[in-house]
Amino acid sequence: MKRKILKWSVILVVTGLAVGAVGAQQTNEVEQLRKELREMRERMQALEQKLGSIEQKPAAPVPVIAETVPSAASTWKPSDPVRVSKGGAYMDIGMVATFAAGGSTASDIEGGTQLGGHDPNQRGFTVQGAELNLQGAVDPYFRGNANIVFQLDSGGESFIELEEAWLETVSLPGNFQIRAGQYLTEFGRINTQHPHTWGFVDAPLVSGRLLGEDGIRNPGARFSWLVPTPFYSELFFGVQNSQGGTANGFRDDHGGEGFLGRVNTQGRVKTAGDMLYSTRYAASFDLSDTQTLLAGASAAFGPNGSGADTDTQIYGMDIYWKWKPANAHAGFPFVSWQTEGMLRRYQAGASTTLDLTGDSVADFAPRETLTDWGFYSQLLYGFHPGWVAGLRGDYVTHSKMGAYEDLYGADAERAMRWRISPNLTWYPTEFSKIRLQYNYDDRDGIGTDHSVWLQFEFLLGAHAAHKF
Amino acid sequence: MKKLLLGTLGALLAFSVQAKLTIVITTPDLGAIAKEVGGDKVEITTLARPTEDPHFVDAKPSFIVKLNKADALIEGGAELEVGWLPSLLTGARNAKLASGQPGRILCNEGVHMLEVPSQLTRAEGDIHPMGNPHFIIDPANAKIIAAHLADAFAKLDASSADTFRANGKKFTDTLDAKLVEWQMKLAPFKGAKVVSYHKSWPYFAERFGLEMDLFLEPKPGIPPSPAHLADVIAKMKEQRARVIIVDPYLNRKTAETVARSTDAKVVDVAQMPGGVKGTDSYIALLDYLVNSIANALTEKK
Repeated sequence: MKRKILKWSVILVVTGLAVGAVGAQQTNEVEQLRKELREMRERMQALEQKLGSIEQKPAAPVPVIAETVPSAASTWKPSDPVRVSKGGAYMDIGMVATFAAGGSTASDIEGGTQLGGHDPNQRGFTVQGAELNLQGAVDPYFRGNANIVFQLDSGGESFIELEEAWLETVSLPGNFQIRAGQYLTEFGRINTQHPHTWGFVDAPLVSGRLLGEDGIRNPGARFSWLVPTPFYSELFFGVQNSQGGTANGFRDDHGGEGFLGRVNTQGRVKTAGDMLYSTRYAASFDLSDTQTLLAGASAAFGPNGSGADTDTQIYGMDIYWKWKPANAHAGFPFVSWQTEGMLRRYQAGASTTLDLTGDSVADFAPRETLTDWGFYSQLLYGFHPGWVAGLRGDYVTHSKMGAYEDLYGADAERAMRWRISPNLTWYPTEFSKIRLQYNYDDRDGIGTDHSVWLQFEFLLGAHAAHKF
Repeated sequence: MKKLLLGTLGALLAFSVQAKLTIVITTPDLGAIAKEVGGDKVEITTLARPTEDPHFVDAKPSFIVKLNKADALIEGGAELEVGWLPSLLTGARNAKLASGQPGRILCNEGVHMLEVPSQLTRAEGDIHPMGNPHFIIDPANAKIIAAHLADAFAKLDASSADTFRANGKKFTDTLDAKLVEWQMKLAPFKGAKVVSYHKSWPYFAERFGLEMDLFLEPKPGIPPSPAHLADVIAKMKEQRARVIIVDPYLNRKTAETVARSTDAKVVDVAQMPGGVKGTDSYIALLDYLVNSIANALTEKK
């Protein structure tokens, strides 16, 4: 026992000594470091003086690296402008305001000849939208984006739309990316593009009819995977709420008005199967040094509000091709061709709630599946810096008459129609544009109409880089 | 045995492939300097083409794949690429290229930027908030960039650090010798007027003592108007400016029209190696620029 205590005390003493020795050594080292630091400081001051004298010289005959000073050294003063763009602030702020003026031979412009929610909606002037864009890095893990649209309706009433507000991961492993919040559904090309990037004044008929006036966008989450192929290819999968006006064709009550021969109700989400699911695969190839092709296939599935256990499926194919020569100036000249086709299968429930004959008595419509489809194709030719000539063709129709139409007459929302739209755009700079467009419209059962629209737009502040 | 041999060979091959840094570079001028510094230790992909307007490069999806696989991205850092690079980087989702990472290399670090605007307004045309981004054409800046790249590459691949530093030194030494030669060649034309299309040559002008304050564009990025061109012609006659330089992506016809009424010579120039035929390296490009401008100034003296 005694020996053990002795042994322990020896160990303790030895350890204590060792620690003390290390401590002394450390004190020595600290002093050494202090000395070195002092010396370095002196050396730096001398260098700074030298640098100062070099700077004051009017011009050095042969440049040396020390001649330059880092540009980041300049400090901000209250009199300096506040930069709302990359690097100068925590977020980029931009505003795009788009307007249209013109007229049409049609008397039902809003929702009749013009199907898009941001289209010109009346004879005279239309505020197509003033869109505020906020974006930036949230932290090292997420980036955030919000698009808030201020609009005036055709009656002059102001309203605000939360077009998008989402966060997105920036550093997930495995080439994955997750976006969550309110966002435009990854379906085709036109649906994810904001109207100011469109080549035409208005939305294509097929997206207006099958995706709705504002396209498909809703709260949800989207998952994307950059597939490890030698060429670009990306897979998207999204889950979103399936109700509301921005899920037209799904659980949208259409404001209580009839849609495809039925009164729709929003209903409730009972199972995960009642959500809106969307998927897309896109791939791109450089056909040559000057030509690039991007093609995609999309699908969206979800319940609709026409009855119990009624579903909607929308399928889409899109292709985009662009040519730009190797010595293009300011992005000109170029030729681009974009085509999208869509098909919707809508299971309509049996209904006895809507007055289809106009005799104030509700009529019966049987359960049936309604298939509608259409496409648009557009060609843009940037023939001179700042000048773009465009031509678009639209076509929408149904695959066969619905049973309710056989009973009560053709539904204008399903009838065949086509449209041809030539236009000419002048971009004084990338930040402004003036566009003149003519639409020749032919609607089955209604007739032909002519519309002329002059669109003008300005962009303030930060301008997000364009996607291909 | 054969299997073993093949296996070893395969492993060696995999190692040597892995040992090379994969680097994506936004513009060919930076690409040319990176090639000098990186030598055969790096695999280089340049996004913009040498004849292309570097402000307006299409954000092709194939670039996303290149950025996704890259160990490093070299960019100017003065927002020349702001119109197309950000959306590509978002798509590429490559953590190595995140801002502040060693794989994100900004070349304007340590460069004294010219024409930093005191007031930001697009009424002045396409101005860059961080200053004129066409700084690489000054050989003194090329030296700074080369030294910066050697350090950045060494951080990414410590085993080749000595090679990168030696390559960088060799390049800057060559530049030092060449710069004396170039300055001597242009010394007789000190203060000579040279007209350019776009305001992309202030660094070159300052380095070589040329005066370049007449532009065919009324404001950066704004196309020439007849009234502005008439004004330029009058000023050129008054100031005896008889050399107009034009980049490959700009409208040569406009320059030719102005040249006809001022008895001036149009010189094809480029800021990107390869933008003019036979200028595939940075030094070859500077040789060409100095010689062709000196020849034109002699001819039109």
